[in-house]
Amino acid sequence: MDELYRVEDLHLSLPDLNRKPLFGPAPRIEILRGLNFSVQRGEVLGIVGGSGSGKSTLGRAMVRLLEPTGGKVLFDGRDITHLTEADLRPLRRRFQMIFQDPMSSLNPRHRVGQIIAAPLSLHGVADVAGRAAEALDHVGLATSFAARFPHELSGGQRQRVGIARAIALRPDFILADEIVSGLDVSSQAQVLNLLEQLVADLGLTLAFISHDLSVIRRLCSRIVVLQQGLIVEDALSEQLFASPQHSYFKELLEAIPLPDPDQVWR
Amino acid sequence: MSFLEIKGLSAWLKGIGQPLLRNVSLAVAVGEVRGLVGESGAGKSMIGKAILGILPKAVEITAGQILLDEVDLLALAPKERRRRIGATCALIPQDPLTALNPSRRILGQISDRLVDILGWDRFRAQARAEELLAEVQIPDPQRVLRAYPHELSGGMRQRILIASAFAAEPKLIIADEPTTALDVTVQKQVLKLIAEMQDRHGTALLFVTHDLGVVSKVCQSLSVLYGGLVVEDSAVRPFFAGPKHGYSRALLEATPKYTDPSASLVPVPDGVIKAVQNEIADADRRATDG
Amino acid sequence: MANPASADARSAVRHRAGLRLWLSSGWLILVVLTALLAPWIAPKDPLAQDMFLGRLPPFWMHGAEPGYWLGTDSLGRDVLSRILHGARVALLVAVIAGTLTCLIGATLGLMAGFLRGWVDIVISRFIDIWMAFPPVLFSILLIAVLGPGLSSIIIAIVVIDWTRFARVVRAEAMAQGAMDYVASARVSGRGRLSTMVTEILPNILPTIVVLLTLEMGIAVIVEAILSFVNLSISTDDPTWGGMISEGRTSVHQAWWVLVFPLISLFLTVLAFSQLGEGLKDRFDPVLR
Repeated sequence: MDELYRVEDLHLSLPDLNRKPLFGPAPRIEILRGLNFSVQRGEVLGIVGGSGSGKSTLGRAMVRLLEPTGGKVLFDGRDITHLTEADLRPLRRRFQMIFQDPMSSLNPRHRVGQIIAAPLSLHGVADVAGRAAEALDHVGLATSFAARFPHELSGGQRQRVGIARAIALRPDFILADEIVSGLDVSSQAQVLNLLEQLVADLGLTLAFISHDLSVIRRLCSRIVVLQQGLIVEDALSEQLFASPQHSYFKELLEAIPLPDPDQVWR
Repeated sequence: MSFLEIKGLSAWLKGIGQPLLRNVSLAVAVGEVRGLVGESGAGKSMIGKAILGILPKAVEITAGQILLDEVDLLALAPKERRRRIGATCALIPQDPLTALNPSRRILGQISDRLVDILGWDRFRAQARAEELLAEVQIPDPQRVLRAYPHELSGGMRQRILIASAFAAEPKLIIADEPTTALDVTVQKQVLKLIAEMQDRHGTALLFVTHDLGVVSKVCQSLSVLYGGLVVEDSAVRPFFAGPKHGYSRALLEATPKYTDPSASLVPVPDGVIKAVQNEIADADRRATDG
Repeated sequence: MANPASADARSAVRHRAGLRLWLSSGWLILVVLTALLAPWIAPKDPLAQDMFLGRLPPFWMHGAEPGYWLGTDSLGRDVLSRILHGARVALLVAVIAGTLTCLIGATLGLMAGFLRGWVDIVISRFIDIWMAFPPVLFSILLIAVLGPGLSSIIIAIVVIDWTRFARVVRAEAMAQGAMDYVASARVSGRGRLSTMVTEILPNILPTIVVLLTLEMGIAVIVEAILSFVNLSISTDDPTWGGMISEGRTSVHQAWWVLVFPLISLFLTVLAFSQLGEGLKDRFDPVLR
């Protein structure tokens, strides 16, 4: 088992435009305050936290949608923290992202086939059509879906298109940012089962961001818990659920309403 | 004693003639909390909108009655209907972001209800608004009343919407997936708040949600919907002990439970979906024949 | 399951769009054909004066002269033929001024709204300063400097109106830039310029189409106003604005000299705006 990702003392702050003075730069808000963890190849890592914990920002920093303001991010041994877009481009086919809102992550004017094929053409992959069809097949959508527009699909189907787009390039790593949060129970189950299967079939390494622990438990082997920009828990999934030590994790766990009227829910 | 009684409500999409609600019947007693459960597209939001008179223009009610305190809303003239709904009902909406007017301070948005519905003057309305914010446990109500929505967090905005809903002492509140957009710890606080407020004010509550876990915490009874058809209607305890309808059972199975690590995530099986779709087809046939 | 609100919008839009599109494009095709074929289809020479045939009424009224369908003006010139020829100027200005304004304004707006940073700062300041000039004064000044003529009018329109496009397109580009599919394009490795063209532009196209047709209508009116005040083309070639100006003086004795070019002007401008609305809905796959 080797490290695919390694994050060292990661800091990220963003300018607070609400408090920007007339002249001069806006004051910065520290979102990530020094994170240290690694992701092993083949692992499914859960990144958990409430809103404002910084988990989405962490995800975006890992795929370099945002540039860290301190510390390092290493991908497969290579320091990608401050690489330029030009240097990043050849690497980008190795790490991909699936977004939360299937409405805003698929361009409403592009057909499904075009959406999936776009990254393939971008990286000069041979047989774009074949690879796109293969991706659709992996996520269990018929080839007829390629001609449809996003608004003709259900939420669950749109999310599957997002997954197909991410796996089309056969990346080593995928970041899934709250991808089932907007879906109802049935669609949720379908998407998660699909993801699990893809991890096994395609040998993917996955980082799964969520605030919902019941979903995380099924999928992830290791969990990192974020609170206000810091890691408060980094342990194997089984250990964490069996004996939660940290009060924040317990709080998150106990907040989940189980479908059981007898659950003690204070 | 039912405060709200819906009898045989049917509605369809005007242009296409596609049924959205199929002979829906349910009742909410005074002070009761009833859950309206279903997946997206089941029609649960439609029912809430039908009661409040805010259905989209393309949706037409084809049959049925909506009895509010024994008066059929659908039989009233539009003006009288609006007046009655405004005086007795309120809504807790799903999205705290879009439900508040970004250009107005909070005070105006809450006091509007009191001034328009109860005919109060501004000062009395302001005092009451402060009381309400304190009731929903917002610290420093004065400051929050003077603030604009974008200056407040999502959880706080939802509290304000809850306060706003209870402001004119409605007899019935429709809560339309009020916690779907919130993360799990905030959801817990908001649900407990809604339960407390409901208990204190004795308001009847129709709670629309897709989450059975939430239903088990807040509701005393529930109706399960699929494709605009009520497939099960039960009190909460017996339901969770063992649902009667195949679809309800499958829905319960599909809800992830963190306490059981080996339980695989089971979507509603195709067989169950086909069975309930057959039920719907039968219901449609009966409607056109009868 | 279909969202009822959008289904309602879809069917309502489809009904209106069909009729609107047919009528507006029908009229505009007529105008285009007229402009192209005017020298051949006009019954009389638009410049031919005949004092004995002055102020003849349209064909359905008493005292009309056969062959002069819409009557004549005070100099005996055939109104119909002049209107047909006037379409040439109107259309030329509409198409050229409209297209140039659109290209310049939309491009700058798109760049400012999507690329942000110093590009946005520079372009936005530029727009702000530019819009501070009073447009009417500016155009008169420009024409005084460049001399009257068709190209001056076109330049004046482009120079003043590009900011309209830039502002609106910038706002839309900014909204689009926040969408996750733009982030997704970045994660895939797409460059910024490429993202602008493939992801953002298609979503802004409906707005641009509406603005373009609106601008064409505006261009026709601006030309009419300028010829009304004799700042338009310097030759005797008839323009609708010029005809309206001339028709003013004899409106009591010969109302047709004013009314018919006015109607043509009105219908053409209306057709442009309705065409835009109709096309926009066609372009939107969500509404289709």
